[in-house]
Amino acid sequence: MSGRTIGEVTLSVEGVSLAFGGVKALSDVSFDVREHEVRAIIGPNGAGKSSMLNVLNGVYHPQSGKIKFKEKEFTDMDSHEAASLGIARTFQNIALFKGMSVLDNIMTGRNLKMRCGILQQALWLGPARREEIEHRRAVEQVIDFLEIQHVRKTPVGRLPYGLQKRVELGRALAAEPKVLLLDEPMAGMNLEEKQDMCRFVLDVNDHFGTTIVLIEHDMGVVMDISDRVVVLDYGRKIADGVPDEIRNNQKVIDAYLGVAH
Amino acid sequence: MLYRESGQFKSTYAEDQQIFPIRQDRIAMAALLLVAFVAVPLLGDQYWLSAILTPFLVFALAALGLNILTGYAGQLSLGTAAFMAVGAFMAYNFVLRLPWLGILPSFVLAGLCAALVGVVFGLPSLRIKGFYLAVATLACQFFVLWAIQRWGWITNHSSSGVITAQKITLLGYPINTPATKYLLTLAIVAVLALAAKNLMRSETGRAFMAVRDMDVAASVIGIPMMKTKLLAFAISSFYCGVAGALYAYTYLGTVEPEAFTLDLSFRVLFMVIIGGVGSILGCFLGAAFITLFPIFLSIASKALETALGIEISHALVSNLESIIFGGLIIFFLIVEPNGLARLWQITKEKLRLWPFPH
Amino acid sequence: MDVSFFIEVLAGGLLAGVMYSLVALGFVLIYKASGVFNFAQGSMVFFAALTFVSLTERGWNFWLAFAVTLAVMVALGIITERVVLRPLVNQPPITLFMATIGLTFVLEGLSQLVWGSQPHGLELGIADVPMEWLSQKWNINISQFDLFAALVAGVLVAVLALLFQKTRIGRALRAVADDHQAALAVGIPLQHIWAIVWGVAGFVALVAGLMWGVRNGVQFALTFVALKALPVLLIGGFESIPGAILGGLIIGAGEKLAEVYVGPMVGGGIESWFAYVIALLFLLVRPEGLFGEKHIDRV
Repeated sequence: MSGRTIGEVTLSVEGVSLAFGGVKALSDVSFDVREHEVRAIIGPNGAGKSSMLNVLNGVYHPQSGKIKFKEKEFTDMDSHEAASLGIARTFQNIALFKGMSVLDNIMTGRNLKMRCGILQQALWLGPARREEIEHRRAVEQVIDFLEIQHVRKTPVGRLPYGLQKRVELGRALAAEPKVLLLDEPMAGMNLEEKQDMCRFVLDVNDHFGTTIVLIEHDMGVVMDISDRVVVLDYGRKIADGVPDEIRNNQKVIDAYLGVAH
Repeated sequence: MLYRESGQFKSTYAEDQQIFPIRQDRIAMAALLLVAFVAVPLLGDQYWLSAILTPFLVFALAALGLNILTGYAGQLSLGTAAFMAVGAFMAYNFVLRLPWLGILPSFVLAGLCAALVGVVFGLPSLRIKGFYLAVATLACQFFVLWAIQRWGWITNHSSSGVITAQKITLLGYPINTPATKYLLTLAIVAVLALAAKNLMRSETGRAFMAVRDMDVAASVIGIPMMKTKLLAFAISSFYCGVAGALYAYTYLGTVEPEAFTLDLSFRVLFMVIIGGVGSILGCFLGAAFITLFPIFLSIASKALETALGIEISHALVSNLESIIFGGLIIFFLIVEPNGLARLWQITKEKLRLWPFPH
Repeated sequence: MDVSFFIEVLAGGLLAGVMYSLVALGFVLIYKASGVFNFAQGSMVFFAALTFVSLTERGWNFWLAFAVTLAVMVALGIITERVVLRPLVNQPPITLFMATIGLTFVLEGLSQLVWGSQPHGLELGIADVPMEWLSQKWNINISQFDLFAALVAGVLVAVLALLFQKTRIGRALRAVADDHQAALAVGIPLQHIWAIVWGVAGFVALVAGLMWGVRNGVQFALTFVALKALPVLLIGGFESIPGAILGGLIIGAGEKLAEVYVGPMVGGGIESWFAYVIALLFLLVRPEGLFGEKHIDRV
């Protein structure tokens, strides 16, 4: 967490409420994210963390509240727009394209940067060929960074869970995002894999300056790598601050221990 | 020993991205093309050229179209025959009314008409998926056949809906012998197959496969759902349309709407399943299988007739064909759901190691 | 506008729709209990009807022929489960669907191989003539046979709905449809259940085959009846028994009315595709059909 300065507020949510039928997933949540920081969202199960992430990249549309990204305001941005604005994400249950190889999966992350039309692609003319090679080069850099060269041609369906999670991170990185939303990137990993993943997340934040918003259950990881933490419980924000403040916050402790309220 | 990759290193991404990265494959492909373009028309007999090789190529092209839509983009379609019909009848109209166009532009335009129909009937794919979509494509199948028989201008007001493909020429040479028809079909199919391969290994192909595998995730990373699905329908229908036009002009000659029933759609679907979903090579293998199988069966039954001295009725043979076809589909789905293409891949892998066992 | 003519067309359409529902029911049963879209349902209808009529033409008594045909259909179901479904148990639904297309071809060839391919007429003792008192009193012609078919369908639907909702077997069937692994985990014998389901579907196919056989004769074209049942499924949803009936009524009525009132304007013969247009319009509003289950993708 050195070598970069945390900038101004780049992404913020104000008064966001989200309900599915009768179930209130989020109630009047507001917080902001500064450029270049690592922001964690934590909370007990069912607190609405994934829903919050889904709102941030346009998968869910909140019934009320505003999302501001880079000076623009949204209530109903769709996920395609979010992607083109520079927000990328990974998913809790791995949303990779199981029928394609690692290389192809990460290449799909570059889709918004590809310009050649279908005729050029079909005829494999100069521009199409050059574009493929240029993007291949960028993707290979991501592959090198994540140390998955040895499996680049393997269909992702055949990879172990930990490697699949890494490939998903690679696909998000290939888009060169401004903001990276990570939904439990370390779920289901052993200690060694978690250390690797932490290293990658911090490197991304360090080298590329990417703003990171992550959901994570492992408190050790959260306290170690995040700059600021938001705590949700039953869809409401109950705490917001640096890790040390959160660690000692009574409301947070109560929420996790399950005190009735 | 023969099929070793050692010594063949790829030092640039361009080399790694070739369609045939292994040198032996390139040599084999070149030899195959040489045989197909030169040896076959010179040495092949009329029957083989006109009744087996030409329809095989036509169906391979239709299978390519269906594979792009169903195999790569995951949109199940039962309307293949309808798109072929559009291609066939529109080609007829272009040649009839705009004879100065020339045969190749007419085919391309016919394909584009089929693409347009494909986009219109592909619109439901934006809202519905899976079996619902397959059933919706049946709407296309039935509607197109009805339209061809009801809208007189399509068949130039022929009373029975039957049209006769006109004599065609290419750059002044008449296309009227089995050899010339075969060569025209081969050339068109080869070019379109190469184009398909290029498309599927580019961004378009990746977008299709992403939509097939998990369309929600595809949308989240920025792949436009509507454009991608409709493009799949368009390209697929274009290929089927050109296949239909070739079907009419280089094989059928006399074209009736009944040539394009649901049965044909199923035949093409079987080619895709047996050949291998999501594989360009698979289209050719599947088409070869389905084209050759009835011939094999009729030869076998004739042999049995003479051997056992009994009369085997035509109905018996065709019922047996149905049963064995259906049985083979089920067999392939159980044993090798990735079709003949995967079997071929396994064979190649064994070849790489030969003569060593592992 | 001639009101009695309209009622006649409407009633005729509704009753035709009930006939479609009979076929659609077979699809729903199998889909509900095993998640398989059984494209072979049409050829099952044909096979059942052909077997029955071939037996009765050889002098067999109605009930004996019915019982034997039913046994054959149940056996067919069990064989299908063992040979086709069991080896494919973990494959994606699309693979199973394509396997049923293969099954269609096998059944069609088999039916004609065993029983020949001439058309047969079929009589069930109820004549296809207008109900007298309706036609005399109000000048409306509604076929006796159509009403009988509707009655049969109604009874069948009631019985099936009861089976699924109220009995232990029904509960097991619904569990299996929802989640095979979970059903296995609570001890539900998967293979027995599927054999039962395909057996019941065979029974439904036989009933549908008899009804349609009287109406159209028992010939190869009977397999295409299944294609008419598909728009019914689109509207009613693939998993719903009441949906199959409601969908059938909508398609039947819509199709007949369109044929009579819209058809002459566009050249006639629109029955081949109009049902699909109706279904597509419905799908635009409700992509899973009226009663179908909403497909939720969790990411």
